[in-house]
Amino acid sequence: MKPSPFAYSAPESLDELLRVLADVGSDGKVLAGGQSLLPILNMRLAAPSHIVDINRLPGLAFVQVDESGVRVGALARHADVERDDEAHRVLPLLRQALRLVAHPVIRNRGTTVGSLAHADPAGEMTAVLALTGGTVELARLGSTRTVGAADFFLAPLESAVQAGELAVSAFFPAFPSRTGTAFVEVARRHGDYAMCGVAAAVTLDADGAVVAARTAYVSVGPTPTVVDLTETVTGRPAATADWGPAAELARASVEPESDIHASADYRSHLTGVLTERALRAAAGAAA
Amino acid sequence: MTAAPEELYEVELQVNGVQRTASVPARRLLSDFLRHDLGLTGTHVGCEHGVCGACTVIVDGRPMRSCLMLAVSARGHEITTVEGLGTPGDMHPVQQAFRECHGLQCGFCTPGFLTTVAAFIEENPSPTEEDAREAVSGNLCRCTGYQNIVKATVRAAEIARERRA
Ligand SMILES: Cc1cc2nc3c(=O)[nH]c(=O)nc-3n(C[C@H](O)[C@H](O)[C@H](O)COP(=O)(O)OP(=O)(O)OC[C@H]3O[C@@H](n4cnc5c(N)ncnc54)[C@H](O)[C@@H]3O)c2cc1C
Ligand code: FES
Ligand code: FES
Repeated sequence: MKPSPFAYSAPESLDELLRVLADVGSDGKVLAGGQSLLPILNMRLAAPSHIVDINRLPGLAFVQVDESGVRVGALARHADVERDDEAHRVLPLLRQALRLVAHPVIRNRGTTVGSLAHADPAGEMTAVLALTGGTVELARLGSTRTVGAADFFLAPLESAVQAGELAVSAFFPAFPSRTGTAFVEVARRHGDYAMCGVAAAVTLDADGAVVAARTAYVSVGPTPTVVDLTETVTGRPAATADWGPAAELARASVEPESDIHASADYRSHLTGVLTERALRAAAGAAA
Repeated sequence: MTAAPEELYEVELQVNGVQRTASVPARRLLSDFLRHDLGLTGTHVGCEHGVCGACTVIVDGRPMRSCLMLAVSARGHEITTVEGLGTPGDMHPVQQAFRECHGLQCGFCTPGFLTTVAAFIEENPSPTEEDAREAVSGNLCRCTGYQNIVKATVRAAEIARERRA
């Protein structure tokens, strides 16, 4: 199907864009990569009266890296972030997760910040922002604010981005040293939205014993749930740790729902299995 | 009540090396712009929500879904469609490989595979079979069962290397 009619603007400066967004208010919709918005428009699940295309804004396609973490601009495509070797060095979880986001061709156009703003409970990058404790920079005409991951995802497909606001960039902090990460998921087909996905970060001490173990989940709750599993494994040598109790605690911490792709029971089962798998891989990467 | 006529936007872009212009409403998808406004029907449209890959074209060197782009967003960009890859007498390595390996049956999905693989072998000139599978994972084919498409993808890279040698 085709979108219904809308008015269109494609401002070429941030100032002008924020002015347009302020003018159109809740009638307006930001268009970034369009890899979620265009299907919605084509299927006529939404019919915004004004599309504000941000693709002509200068200076927002950046991936900035320093030792503290990775900052991603609103026009950096998933593929730009995925291919950035510096970003991979500082925060391997980004590439680990991005490889599971849709297919390469979708990643060429879809933006990482857009997928955060979209707040799909199956979106891998929401779990990455949640697990890293990252932030999103929002701007509206005359003011800016920074929202932490814990306050950014409000409900399925609902983020803290309000009418009139642009998400300008997202910051993903690096983990402490001796931290390993992994992202594992099970989807019906490679590249599909996951039925359950787990991002894990495990930190070891100098002797290889676990100091911290945390996970974040997609597709098993309305927003990316972060679970601290440290108490179940703390002090154990990573090489011989029993991750079973961590998996149990993880299962008890999520409340998945059933849909046509998977039952709640199956998702809960996957939460346990994938938690163990992700923790083991993350611990292996930390060692 | 009659609806006011939709506002038209002049879209000027380069398609297969030629400067093209048409006036279209903002909601015109790039896929429809290519097919209806420019008459380039090589780009196929299957699902219009990004899943099948039939509409894939190359935008500034990177393959993208033309059904998930507005024509107005493509203003000023360089597009390559399947028509721009090669001719029957001078086939692109990807076209030659799909023919040699029987990488198509009905041909509906083929333009999307050809554009995807053409861009892919530029980036990865010596793909393994696994790389090839990943590269075409976002394109659906209802006929072939994919085996020959994967073979054709690996072979296309080989032909490109041979031609460069
Ligand atoms: C076939 C297919 C499979 C997919 N599979 C996956 C998958 O497995 N995992 C996954 O995570 N994603 C998947 N996606 C979605 C993809 O990752 C999108 O790119 C992403 O969700 C949205 O980014 P975008 O730049 O395309 O945003 P758009 O589609 O342009 O926008 C999405 C929403 O976010 C808002 N928005 C976007 N950017 C901003 C901004 N800077 N400021 C304020 N609001 C903004 C828009 O107004 C809109 O409401 C898939 C898409 C397709 C078509
Ligand atoms: S028509 Fe564009 S992906 Fe199917
Ligand atoms: S050849 Fe018929 S769909 Fe692929």
